[in-house]
Amino acid sequence: MSATNSLPLSLKAYPRLRLPAGKHIGLALALLYLTLLILAAIAPHLLAHGNPYSIAPREAFTAPGWQHPLGTDQSGRDMWTRLIFGARSSLVIGIGSILLALSVALSLAIPGAFGGAVAEQCVKWIFEILFSFPTVVLALLLTAIFSSGTFPLIVAVGIGAAPGYGRMLFGQFLTIRHAGFIEAARSLGHSPAHILRRHLVPNAFRPLLIAGAMGVGQTIIWASSLSFLGLGAPPPAAEWGTMLAMGRDYIAEAWWITFFPGVAIVLTMLATTTLGRFLKNHFETSSS
Amino acid sequence: MIPFPNSGFVFLKKLMIRVGGACLVLFAAATLTFITLHLAPGDPVTAILGGSANPTPETIREIREEYGLDQPLMVQYALHIWHVLSGHLGASFSQHMPVTDVLWQQAPPTLKLMLSSLVLAWGFAVLSVTLSARKPFFDSAFSSLETFFAGLPQFWIGIILLWLFAYQLGLLPPAGTHGFLSLILPSLSLAIPLGGFLAQVMRESFKTTLDQPFVLTARARGLSDNAVRFRHVLRHALLPGVSLSTWAVGALVGNAVAVEFIFSRQGLGRQLFLAVSMHDMPLVTGIILFISVVYILASFLADILYVIVDPRIQEARA
Amino acid sequence: MNAFSDTSQSGLSVKNLSVTFSSGGVSHIAVHSLSFSLTPGEVVALVGESGSGKTVTARALLGLSGPHAQITADHLSLNGRSLLANTEQQWRKIRGAEIGFILQDALVALDPLRSIGTEITEALTAHKWGTKNTREDRVLQLLTQAGIPLAKERVHLRADQLSGGLRQRALIASALAMNPPFLIADEPTTALDPSVQVQILELLKQLRAAGHGILIISHDLGFVSRLADRVIVMHHGHMIEEGRTADLLSAPRHSYTRRLLDAEPGRRPPRPPALARQTALPLLEAHNLSFSIKQQDGTRKHIVQDISLSLFPGRTLALIGESGSGKTSTARMIMGFQKPETGFIDFLGEPWSRSEKAGVPESARRGRRPRLAAIYQDPLSSFDPRWTVQTILDDALSVIHVPKQERMTRIRALLDQVRLPDTLLSKNPLLLSGGQRQRVAIARTLAVEPSVILCDEPVSALDVSVQAQILDLLDDLQKRLRLSYLFISHDLNVVRNIADDLIVMQHGRIIESGTAQDVLTHPRHPFTQELVAAAHLIGDATSSLPS
Repeated sequence: MSATNSLPLSLKAYPRLRLPAGKHIGLALALLYLTLLILAAIAPHLLAHGNPYSIAPREAFTAPGWQHPLGTDQSGRDMWTRLIFGARSSLVIGIGSILLALSVALSLAIPGAFGGAVAEQCVKWIFEILFSFPTVVLALLLTAIFSSGTFPLIVAVGIGAAPGYGRMLFGQFLTIRHAGFIEAARSLGHSPAHILRRHLVPNAFRPLLIAGAMGVGQTIIWASSLSFLGLGAPPPAAEWGTMLAMGRDYIAEAWWITFFPGVAIVLTMLATTTLGRFLKNHFETSSS
Repeated sequence: MIPFPNSGFVFLKKLMIRVGGACLVLFAAATLTFITLHLAPGDPVTAILGGSANPTPETIREIREEYGLDQPLMVQYALHIWHVLSGHLGASFSQHMPVTDVLWQQAPPTLKLMLSSLVLAWGFAVLSVTLSARKPFFDSAFSSLETFFAGLPQFWIGIILLWLFAYQLGLLPPAGTHGFLSLILPSLSLAIPLGGFLAQVMRESFKTTLDQPFVLTARARGLSDNAVRFRHVLRHALLPGVSLSTWAVGALVGNAVAVEFIFSRQGLGRQLFLAVSMHDMPLVTGIILFISVVYILASFLADILYVIVDPRIQEARA
Repeated sequence: MNAFSDTSQSGLSVKNLSVTFSSGGVSHIAVHSLSFSLTPGEVVALVGESGSGKTVTARALLGLSGPHAQITADHLSLNGRSLLANTEQQWRKIRGAEIGFILQDALVALDPLRSIGTEITEALTAHKWGTKNTREDRVLQLLTQAGIPLAKERVHLRADQLSGGLRQRALIASALAMNPPFLIADEPTTALDPSVQVQILELLKQLRAAGHGILIISHDLGFVSRLADRVIVMHHGHMIEEGRTADLLSAPRHSYTRRLLDAEPGRRPPRPPALARQTALPLLEAHNLSFSIKQQDGTRKHIVQDISLSLFPGRTLALIGESGSGKTSTARMIMGFQKPETGFIDFLGEPWSRSEKAGVPESARRGRRPRLAAIYQDPLSSFDPRWTVQTILDDALSVIHVPKQERMTRIRALLDQVRLPDTLLSKNPLLLSGGQRQRVAIARTLAVEPSVILCDEPVSALDVSVQAQILDLLDDLQKRLRLSYLFISHDLNVVRNIADDLIVMQHGRIIESGTAQDVLTHPRHPFTQELVAAAHLIGDATSSLPS
């Protein structure tokens, strides 16, 4: 005997004035940035000419200007060129680690959510324990095993981030499993295989997609935080975290060496978050 | 009329589950460090000797015996767990002093840093959420700010703050562990992203709560807008923030690694990084265990806080 | 206590009230020039279905329409003072002090984190009433006045720690704190069990006798007719009809009012007594089902105890009980989603569910599942959020292996059977009305050609007129397709329209069963008698009047 009165119960539920298309401007900017980023990763020569590694000691520490829009670093290398060429490794690290994180997360979340009561309880405990090791600490421990470099960095960040994503996906999968439409499909007489194919997988894919979209930015931050500590690609590499770390020593004289790689990381994070949010709202409000 | 018969029993049961969980976490921490450092390349003996040139085979054997490294792996593991459980954390290879002493020395600066960051982050979140619902303009401004804050990497904010306030303006010390002033910049670097994140979560909860019928009832009672927001809605909005704070304590320790580096602060994060790179197993174990203990205590505290804010004990939170 | 000044100016007076919501350049008129008045000691009911503008009106009278509402009126006054130009400050002095406000469902209408005492005290402090000590006394007095026994012990409890009736009384007490001469009650009994509804009805009558002027907002004409002196019928924001309750009920002038009255479950003709039970074997048989859950403190709570029932072809068996009576758990056991602790269920002459450890495997049920379909109170949650009406029906047809090329014709036939237009095929159920959603759910069950349909509160969330349509549809389908229904409901008036046989449940046990006519006319168990009396009191008022 629930509410017969279907009118909105509160003031806030009435149609609200919204800034015209403000959300979509953000989304458009995010997509534009991501397109440029992917372009830079695939074909950096289109956006920057020159060699990210060519040293020009005479031009060291040039402030941003006409010649070098974002300035040069301590060895006179052009920052813009280095940033563009660094997009590839940053993106590879971000995407690689989120893929690894999600695979590890799924390998726990799926049996936990769909494997019966005992598995559910076990996985719950596993997440509870793993969750008490912060991502960066876990990743730091793992770098001890694998030493430094791009690939070890991906593994460290991927595994370090897995418990967080695992717990989130686990919760969402449980909601899907207990959803009314799963029971309705069962009561119609559908087989478990059919339910898995038609309901569980497509519905579980949505949170996975959102986590993936939002996660790339986050893993890039974690990875750059580790390469900042010297655990990523070794110094001359055009990798954002490494570049940022190098600039730290010259922060008093040449802020731009540190500033611009950071901006690139922040923009990537904001763009992926915007995209992920859009997907989330889209799935929650619209029909198929 | 007693509302909850056997509520004492329920509480006891929850406590048992909590303590059991805590033991499991500690056990896992000890195991994790053991596995990690045995898989790690390099001989611990080298680490123990601290790079002293050309040790004689004699010395190496002595050290192996002294640290139990000549035992089979399972025995080493058992010994390791036994030592951890009995509180014998041993001596740090790299620091040449008992691990407990290192912890005693390094923990306070990190705890101070964490606490001040947590307070700052909470302050920002509460302020941002309660202020912004007042005017549509504030709302969009603050929620954009939160998204921006939440996306900032701690180490980058740290460097930018360092550049601006220490080098350009010269207002605050660029490095150091002692004194209130040296705490400001590192705390801000950690608090800004965390505050943004907390605020996002609390804002969502604040908005859903504003749509609840009891808010309408409260207004219909003659309550002012502020009273409704602060006395009713805010309390509901605090709940997800409280649950997140446990996680936040963990994340703060992790992120403290880079921040302590930037500001050349003493602390567990920096020490952990050094210990890992030197394969100093006892010290790594000690620090990880310490972090786990802090995490466990934080989640105890969060549970108690949660019950204070939300006295409904229906849902088993154990 | 009738101390309110009785001048010609007294009372709440509304003339040509209009409420318009505008958003993004689009405006929507929720209430069109409504006029009425309310004097102390009088009860006026604003009746209408969802979207009629009744709730919007209630908000407007308290200045709580929100920032996007535009309110215009020739006249909106309280005891001669105009409210139209009120500032927020002035409104706050009126809210609670001069007009009290009661919502449905105290579980969410009172702050779930605070005790009822705190909530009521807040109503006093908001108007700076009394001192700390006098407020404490006043709260106890209010609780007692609202009919809460042992107020001293309950004042520290929260709404979720009280029973449905007590918490609704606490909510009323909080609205009465400043003893406002007027009360606006928005669906004050809608979320309550029938027996509790009657108690709240009595409480409201007492408040009227004490001199309060009450504006009742309700969807339920039958309920308000027991209380209201005058009734205003609203439809799509317009006032359709106004009049003294007895006049309006006995001689409705407007066709909409008449339709609304005819749709009242209590006024609809009861189901004609079915032919004597055929000798056929029962389709579905349940024996001695029991079920309990483990509580936090380790003890077991019995939800269902020793339930047996048989469902025969072409008949409707209704399971009736209040909330917590075990109806839903029984339904889950019958659907084979919950294994019983004792007893067994047979369906179509073969084992369906067993309490034994081995039980009946799901694979043994699957082949027969299409024969036992179900519809629920909330159809929306039973649809995959990604799917359209067409996908939903197509998927159901795939269960009984209808070839792909035939499905489209079958889908159109199904929609026709539940009287939905083809144009809905590409729509997501989210975009449909409550009645349309329930029709889609019924079409889906029909797709798999069932023998039995379990209907779990299928009309409880619907407007009265839509309720009547769905009940008619179910009745019609039963006749044409010889379906059997297991109908689960809390509402005796709905059940009377559809049931051949009746089982009454209380605290997980069957307390009475028999043919619907027998049980309804000669209830034996005191609880059944109470239910019948409550149903009569709430819903049946209109049927006793000449039509």
